[in-house]
Amino acid sequence: MTVMKKKLNKTTKSNLITYAMVVIVYIIVQLLVSGGAVSSLMKGLLVPLCVYSILAVSLNLTVGILGELSLGHAGFMCIGAFTSATFSKLTNGVIQPAGFRFFLAILVGAVFAGIFGLLIGIPVLRLKGDYLAIVTLAFGEIIKNIVNVIYLGRDSHGIHFSIKDAASLGMDADGEMIIKGPQGITGTPTDSTFTIGIVLILVTLFIVLNLVHSRSGRAIMAIRDNRIAAESVGINITKYKLMAFSISAALAGVAGVLYAHNLSTLTALPKNFGYNMSIMILVFVVLGGIGNIRGSIIAAVLLTMLPELLRGLNDFRMLIYAIVLIATMIITNNEKIMNTIRRFLPKKQAQPVKEETK
Amino acid sequence: MAMLEVKNLGISFGGLRAVDGLDMTIEKGELYGLIGPNGAGKTTAFNMLTGVYKPTDGVIKLDGEDITGKSTIEINKAGIARTFQNIRLFSELFVLDNVKVGLHNHYRYSTIAGILRLPAYRKAEKEMDEKAMELLKVFNLQDEWDYKASNLPYGKQRKLEIARALATEPKLLLLDEPAAGMNPNETGELMDTIQFVCKNFDMTVLLIEHDMKLVSGICQKLTVLNFGQVLAQGKTSDVLNDPKVIKAYLGE
Amino acid sequence: MQFISYLINGISLGSVYAIIALGYTMVYGIAKMLNFAHGDIIMVGSYVVYIAVSSLGLNPILSVVISAIACLVLGVVIEKVAYKPLRHASKLAVLITAIGVSYFLQNVALLIFGANTKSFTSVVPAVSVKLGGITITAETIVTILACVIIMICLTLFINKTKAGHAMQAVSEDQDAAQLMGINVNATISLTFAIGSALAAVAGVLLCSAYPSLTPYTGAMPGIKAFVAAVFGGIGSIPGALIGGILLGVIEILSKAYISSQLSDAIVFGVLIVVLVVKPTGILGKVIQEKV
Repeated sequence: MTVMKKKLNKTTKSNLITYAMVVIVYIIVQLLVSGGAVSSLMKGLLVPLCVYSILAVSLNLTVGILGELSLGHAGFMCIGAFTSATFSKLTNGVIQPAGFRFFLAILVGAVFAGIFGLLIGIPVLRLKGDYLAIVTLAFGEIIKNIVNVIYLGRDSHGIHFSIKDAASLGMDADGEMIIKGPQGITGTPTDSTFTIGIVLILVTLFIVLNLVHSRSGRAIMAIRDNRIAAESVGINITKYKLMAFSISAALAGVAGVLYAHNLSTLTALPKNFGYNMSIMILVFVVLGGIGNIRGSIIAAVLLTMLPELLRGLNDFRMLIYAIVLIATMIITNNEKIMNTIRRFLPKKQAQPVKEETK
Repeated sequence: MAMLEVKNLGISFGGLRAVDGLDMTIEKGELYGLIGPNGAGKTTAFNMLTGVYKPTDGVIKLDGEDITGKSTIEINKAGIARTFQNIRLFSELFVLDNVKVGLHNHYRYSTIAGILRLPAYRKAEKEMDEKAMELLKVFNLQDEWDYKASNLPYGKQRKLEIARALATEPKLLLLDEPAAGMNPNETGELMDTIQFVCKNFDMTVLLIEHDMKLVSGICQKLTVLNFGQVLAQGKTSDVLNDPKVIKAYLGE
Repeated sequence: MQFISYLINGISLGSVYAIIALGYTMVYGIAKMLNFAHGDIIMVGSYVVYIAVSSLGLNPILSVVISAIACLVLGVVIEKVAYKPLRHASKLAVLITAIGVSYFLQNVALLIFGANTKSFTSVVPAVSVKLGGITITAETIVTILACVIIMICLTLFINKTKAGHAMQAVSEDQDAAQLMGINVNATISLTFAIGSALAAVAGVLLCSAYPSLTPYTGAMPGIKAFVAAVFGGIGSIPGALIGGILLGVIEILSKAYISSQLSDAIVFGVLIVVLVVKPTGILGKVIQEKV
């Protein structure tokens, strides 16, 4: 049928543009780096940019596709980071080659974060709107808090665990600390590279975009658009909500793995795994367009670069960031201004994804 | 055996008895009307039939199977599909995808197959597309397949809701005020469509409606509810000429 | 004895949370928005008092009044500039804007005062009362008293005055209230004004008890008060009081008896249990969707 082909082509084309965009950016950056045109500061930002992109795309699955507000996304990232870093510390040198070990670490991070997504999702997803938002925020804070009291060590007797302090582990003198409470994990192998980050972005995109255009994805969006109608046509609400939420969590876990293996020291601070981080990811998603996967990546990259580009303005950069945030929201929600802007933009066809949730 | 058998169905909200002692039997292939003044308990009855509310007492049997108190999802799987008084579409999805959501339980492949685009995905999606287009054609919506559902005009939204309900392959179709907000032309067209569906899909239909032209035009039998209780029941012409019914509708 | 002393400290901290939560809950009730910047108003209020007392050498009471007025104005201005244009926008857009306002206030404070911690001079005289074996500081007493007075005044205001009735009407149905001739804009402004002034008072009380002031001082108490508001049932004024006090008591007791590092986790854990058991909080209204 020709119509079907048309439809298939349209979504495939849109998806291809997204993949191509990532690949092209990768090539350009690689050229710039080999040409020596990238400052070391910017080089240091490359892996974090991948981390934020993955986080934004994965949160968009919860916020845009499932239509539920989550303020605890950083918590899943935290789980992915700590479980994978622990795994890497335990198996460093044992599993060879290092690339394979890192691959396993990614799986470990994703699986643990996914399991937590499922466990948290079961009680929490019955709540709606602002209540869900505050409970997910609470979970994120709990995860960060608990990680800060974990002490884990290994010596010839095996693995020791405590939530009090390092001394109560009772380790041999030759024992090795793995997680040291608030000091976190030190000496994680730094396996993350920009190339791996880009590959992980592509994998994330592949999973999310293909999910959206499949039977399960349609069920998830149907629940978002009208829960009662979805139930009336026999959609299992709990199953698909949990599916979306735990896939989203698992992908955030992958971002956490990338984050943990970028620097050799990993600590759970309010800055990196607290609600502020969750909020920052949400900002990417909202500014990129709710439900718009490509937009999430663009917003994540631009908004991460913005404060860095404004570094010359030093103290004013975060202030400008705040003003940009407020102004964008006011402008994009003003009908008059948007109509004027739309006149200058090419017309758009209806999209199967949601632009804005009321 | 009757397609739908309702015995002594009742529900109370706190002290309010919204529906009381409802008996109703619908034979296979019948086009049955449930009418009554506003607030008579018609939609409440629908909500009990579809599992949105759990009845306080009574029994509901679909094609001989007891479905009393089951969940909405189980009841849909058992074979009841419905539309809503206030249209409930998947507003941000394509018209085609709205119908495909209705096909959800009849064409299966795993989420993994979907993500990896395995052959199972391609085969099922192709069949779903064809089946959904077929249904859209019945309602003359095939040209709007790639519209967002919320961009359809009102009358077509109502039709899409029926198409989506049919996609779940029900034995019994419940329509909650299908003609609400339609002009006489649209209503006429809708009447033809409902009769077409009844005949060609071998469907049993129960509908709530206020439009007497539609009710008298296509319903073979009626039940009239008033204050949650059955006021009259039987053949359409008999019921509409019943003095009790006329009094309930027109007042003293 | 020790336990009672912890309990009193908990009630005192809880009173601060309750006062902040009142602001959250009132704004939520009227504007149906989560005002994420509410916590930062606390910080602004505290800085105003800090300047008034430390730099200008003003009388503490006068300083608190000035701070309350400054925050009141700030709250109204924020509402007019940032939130009013978004009154019919999606909830998420409003939430992001509120986050933007929060960043804005924090960074303005950072520019003016720097990141260094300022040590806040308590506005309450350093006396304490001995009762049996328990020592209660003046700050504790003042905090609890302030909370009680504010609660009584607010309840009277909402139930007995015309403006209070207008608030109730707007929170019930904005459009209907407008049709009844209520000035919705003025009512919303008034709500923000009261909420922000209360935040200033809460800030002073908080900083008197925990005297370190940075641009981020308001963030965590703000989140906790938000939790308290949800805990008690967001939109409900007695709920904010109950939620705030419970939260403060749980926090202090878990710090004392379980683990100071895990106290936040315990507070949030209790919130989750409460919401899972009663999805709209202790005193929240259940709204059923009509099919």
